[in-house]
Amino acid sequence: MSGPVTLKLRVNGRAMTLSAPPMKRLLDVLREEAHLTGAKEGCGEGECGACSVLLDGIPVNSCLVPFGQCEGARITTVEGLASGRRLSALQQAFVEMGGSQCGICTPGMLIAATALLDRKPGRVPSEDEVRTALAGNLCRCTGYQRIVDAVRAAAKPRPSGSKPGRGR
Amino acid sequence: MSTATPKPRAKWAAVGHSVPKLDAYTKVTGAAVYVDDIPAAGMLHGRTVRSTIARGRICSVTLDPAFDWSAVTVVDWRDIPGENVVALIESDQPLLAHDDVRHQDEAIVLLAHEDPEYLLEAMKHVRIEYEPLEPVLTIEDSLARKDVLYGSDNVFKTIHIERGNTAAGLASADVVVEATYRFGHQEHLYIENNGMIAVRTRDGGLHVRGSLQCPHYVHKALCRAFALPGDKVRVAQTVTGGGFGGKEEYPSMIAGHAALLAWKSGRPVRLMYDRLEDIAATTKRHPGVIHIRAGVQRDGTLVALESDIVLDGGAYATLSAVVLSRGAIHAGGPYRWPHARIHARVVATNTPPNGAFRGFGAPQTQFALECHIDRLAAELGMDPVDLRRRNALIIGDITPTGQTLHESVSAHEVLERTLEASRFHARRKEFTKANAKAEAAERAGRSSPGGRRLRRGIGCALVYHGAGFTGSGEVRLASKAAMELTEDGWPRILAGTTEIGQGTITVFAQVAAEALGLAPARVQVAEPDTARVPDSGPTVASRTLMIVGALVGECARDMRAALEGLTGKPVANEAAFRRAAKRWLQERGPLRVEAKYRKPEFIQWNEDTYQGDAYGVFSYAALVTEVEVDLDTAETRVLDVTTAQDIGKAIHPVLAAGQIEGGVLQGLGWALLEEVRWKDGRVWNAQLTNYIIPTSADAPPIHTILVENPTSLGPFGAKGVGEMPMDVPAPAVVAAIAHATGVRMTEIPVTPERLRSALRADGNTRTGR
Repeated sequence: MSGPVTLKLRVNGRAMTLSAPPMKRLLDVLREEAHLTGAKEGCGEGECGACSVLLDGIPVNSCLVPFGQCEGARITTVEGLASGRRLSALQQAFVEMGGSQCGICTPGMLIAATALLDRKPGRVPSEDEVRTALAGNLCRCTGYQRIVDAVRAAAKPRPSGSKPGRGR
Repeated sequence: MSTATPKPRAKWAAVGHSVPKLDAYTKVTGAAVYVDDIPAAGMLHGRTVRSTIARGRICSVTLDPAFDWSAVTVVDWRDIPGENVVALIESDQPLLAHDDVRHQDEAIVLLAHEDPEYLLEAMKHVRIEYEPLEPVLTIEDSLARKDVLYGSDNVFKTIHIERGNTAAGLASADVVVEATYRFGHQEHLYIENNGMIAVRTRDGGLHVRGSLQCPHYVHKALCRAFALPGDKVRVAQTVTGGGFGGKEEYPSMIAGHAALLAWKSGRPVRLMYDRLEDIAATTKRHPGVIHIRAGVQRDGTLVALESDIVLDGGAYATLSAVVLSRGAIHAGGPYRWPHARIHARVVATNTPPNGAFRGFGAPQTQFALECHIDRLAAELGMDPVDLRRRNALIIGDITPTGQTLHESVSAHEVLERTLEASRFHARRKEFTKANAKAEAAERAGRSSPGGRRLRRGIGCALVYHGAGFTGSGEVRLASKAAMELTEDGWPRILAGTTEIGQGTITVFAQVAAEALGLAPARVQVAEPDTARVPDSGPTVASRTLMIVGALVGECARDMRAALEGLTGKPVANEAAFRRAAKRWLQERGPLRVEAKYRKPEFIQWNEDTYQGDAYGVFSYAALVTEVEVDLDTAETRVLDVTTAQDIGKAIHPVLAAGQIEGGVLQGLGWALLEEVRWKDGRVWNAQLTNYIIPTSADAPPIHTILVENPTSLGPFGAKGVGEMPMDVPAPAVVAAIAHATGVRMTEIPVTPERLRSALRADGNTRTGR
């Protein structure tokens, strides 16, 4: 692996300067250099989605993204979804409706669902739309039913006006 | 989708309410710390060098002299301070292979280094030379004693259950139907791979943390392998990303390996499996073959069952004998059989050992039995539902082990509620009609939109599942749980039972909170750490809530009684609890109460005859599924699932339904998608790219009906829920495919390849396309 490169990124809204070899996986850079361990490695080949993060608003498998491609990128990990202690509507729905069991897929699942909800704010996606949008994120615990329900519930307009996602 | 939930009884404040899962906040914010998330500072990475043949002798292990080994810790069997064994039921499995290799991917050498990249390179420079031996890779070859791998006949364990006179029963039956069923391996595929961190402590002991279900199993195994007394070994669970049985016994192996590397290097070592390694080397669900002969009267009364069960245990004994036992006991399904003979064996092969997986043998035997019930109905020309209605267990009935069912028997209720909610008979008529219409149109040369030849079908299955260890197993476990007051005057549950996603800590807190007059979130649950918590038995066998949860409830009642004894006033709310707790701490110091399992009087079990009360009580489930089959591609899509499951009492309805839905989807995966492919005894699809589990797009909407028929044995009437959902989907899918296509499959998974051959054999597919 060639020597490290130093890149400027925005991670969860904060400017960061990170150094790592260009072919190092974004997943490892986030976990080891930025100390954000929310994104997980489940398969290392882009099948399970546990490592999903938003890269310029688009969900990607961070195990397949070389760090060298990330100059100037805006990255959102699961750690960036809440505002302080206040959960996003989606996170709150996962908590209340049983969307998370063992929790290992949850960070990636929340990222993929945030991207879905951010695409069409204010609209409740159909069950099929949610299932298609999350098909790249494997969960072995829930049977997906409660995840799908939680995503749709989070998309419903709330009296407080809080936004479902915070993908930026 | 929809969950029909009984309304919580007003008298219960904590139980029956779906409070937020206590660990959910840390999981949705990414704050939960799994083993791979623990900071790496000062740690070495570990790796395992594995066998590349299925069977043979190890002639030599050489480290390439041209490679720089100076900073690499290298461990082989000679470095094991104690016995070279992974302690479990038998002591046949070595921690590291020594002179012979019995399966592919068996651990031989361990390496550790600071740099994981260097470690990968180092692995390539370990040369292992073998004298290969012809492996025994199938059940058939094992039974035929192609070579003898275990004992004198390759049979790890035989279980025989006999009731009535089966030969006479079969002779007297109007109709006898015979068939053979097969099922393959299944990989657990928890999304978090296995991992352990081991530290050699300054006092010459071991501290191991990691992803696991049973800390006390790991503790026992480490004591044996390191010849250490119990108090020198400490094992704690980190947040665990799924288990499903896959982290019941295998973590003892990984913990042993990490500990050996830490022992030799003197440095903390993290041993994380990657997905390839986890699929290739760790345990799977037992594959097997079941041959059934069953007799029935013309009116649909079941007379006699003869079931011959053979499971493939793989290369070492692991838990196979117990898996076989549960499978055999459930082989009659939830039906009255006046005569039954169940003969079950598990055999040795040169494949990686199979082990615990949700359901533990019961999904395999009830898959075969339920398929056979449908076959009997077809032979009689009877509605398969009516055949089930006529024979399903009721209170007072006797199971094949001679167990009389005294309470909480719900076979009929779950069946009727599932049929009603799914509109089974109406849908069956609709599909039959639509299929006939489609076929007529195709014969007339009118193709459907898109030219696809689609058929729909609906199928039903009924199962039961005994909760807790079999027979006298719970007596042998002698589980304990405890509760203490924290220094701040809050209750803390101490149990060796683990949270692996299923909701242990939340339901435990609910059960305790109910007795203490607190909100569940006020009850703390200690991290399972063998240095701090009592041995509550393993987190397996659908026993956590029913057995250990009952102990937790007992502790809470004892703590409450102690506090009330001190103050002379009732402890019924938080303020009263806090006052009493603080006073106790001031006046009497620490408060700790403990409860130990006591066998209910009525449970009698004879291990030698395999007769008696196999389980204190059974849970019951029925499931109806609708499928669509493409006759040309032979793909099966599951459109919908409805299931009613009697679990006694849903302490937390959302978590209970979550267990059911997750188990149902694993069952659907086993039925249709999940196939471990083998080449020379090695898994060749050890990737998520080619070992396919259901995605959200594959998964159907699942309608769950929680039925609450309480037992006197579990807390608030709760029975086991974790495993049963895995038992019921596969036979329902096979029945639905039979309805859609007329082809009754006998082997799962029903992959398109397998179904297409069956359709061709049935003349149901156009040839030349």
